[in-house]
Amino acid sequence: MSQTDDTHLLDDTDKRIINSLQKGFPVCSRPFKKAADEIGTNEDELISRISILLDENFLTRFGPMYDAAEFGGGLTLAAMTVPDDKFDWVSDYLNSVKEVAHNYEREHVLNMWFVLGTEHQDDIDRVIKQIENETGLVVYNMPKLHSFFVNLYLPVD
Amino acid sequence: MNKQEQKILFELQKGLPLDKHPYLRVAEKVGCSETDILRFIKNKQDEKIFSRFGLIVMHRNLGYQHNAMVVWNIPDARVDVIANKMAEIKCINLCYRRPRVLPDWPYNLFCMIHAKSRKYVHDTLTNIKTELDISHYPCAVLFSEKAFKQTGAKYVSN
Repeated sequence: MSQTDDTHLLDDTDKRIINSLQKGFPVCSRPFKKAADEIGTNEDELISRISILLDENFLTRFGPMYDAAEFGGGLTLAAMTVPDDKFDWVSDYLNSVKEVAHNYEREHVLNMWFVLGTEHQDDIDRVIKQIENETGLVVYNMPKLHSFFVNLYLPVD
Repeated sequence: MNKQEQKILFELQKGLPLDKHPYLRVAEKVGCSETDILRFIKNKQDEKIFSRFGLIVMHRNLGYQHNAMVVWNIPDARVDVIANKMAEIKCINLCYRRPRVLPDWPYNLFCMIHAKSRKYVHDTLTNIKTELDISHYPCAVLFSEKAFKQTGAKYVSN
């Protein structure tokens, strides 16, 4: 996964698209046209640029984000302490688990963190057991109890 | 959730089609009208079930390379009051209460700060601690500079 700062590859139109559409996207019959008018580009250009931004990994998703719990699904944050000599193996293994939505290293004794998303709430415990059995490591399960704030607006300038 | 709602969510979680009529394309796959799709999305936004709707950025590639999870151990009786104050602070992107996992993990409040430098994170934290008078509570900063997988969660099957 590319993780360098590639903002120099973006022009002003790309930046306006990213900043504007992080805040929301029109819900109407021709949403790209409406958004394009506001951004100062045209419908075809906007569609083509979003497609490129997705392909080039500036964007992870284009669409709705929703809370799994609202639909009976499961979502949790989990962490493990993985010894250095097993780290790559465990990371590859987690990437292969389809319920792992996000997996990353953190600088702490608990050095491997991941987000699990499942269709049913009950599946969370089953997937955690499966990961513990496969890796022989203890999984710390830290589901959200209350959300105070979500505002991931990250402007690019 | 009824069958039609499940089908709509299944299609939407793939991402919106890059087409001049994206909602019509979703409607065709679900087998309903474009109006049904527009109404469904607007309802879910009003109910705050769709927390965000639009572009989700890969923050690292946009220069936000220093992603810090800041965790606190705050007494249960005070945690909600303090968390609500933290939520007012501009540079905090997410703020959640989660369970402690004792004895190794005593922290119950989790905040995320996405920043372009570590110095920004440390300066921000110094200010927050002073402003909210919480310097005496245990706090840890866990930086992450390497992600191995980042996809949206898939909750709904066909």
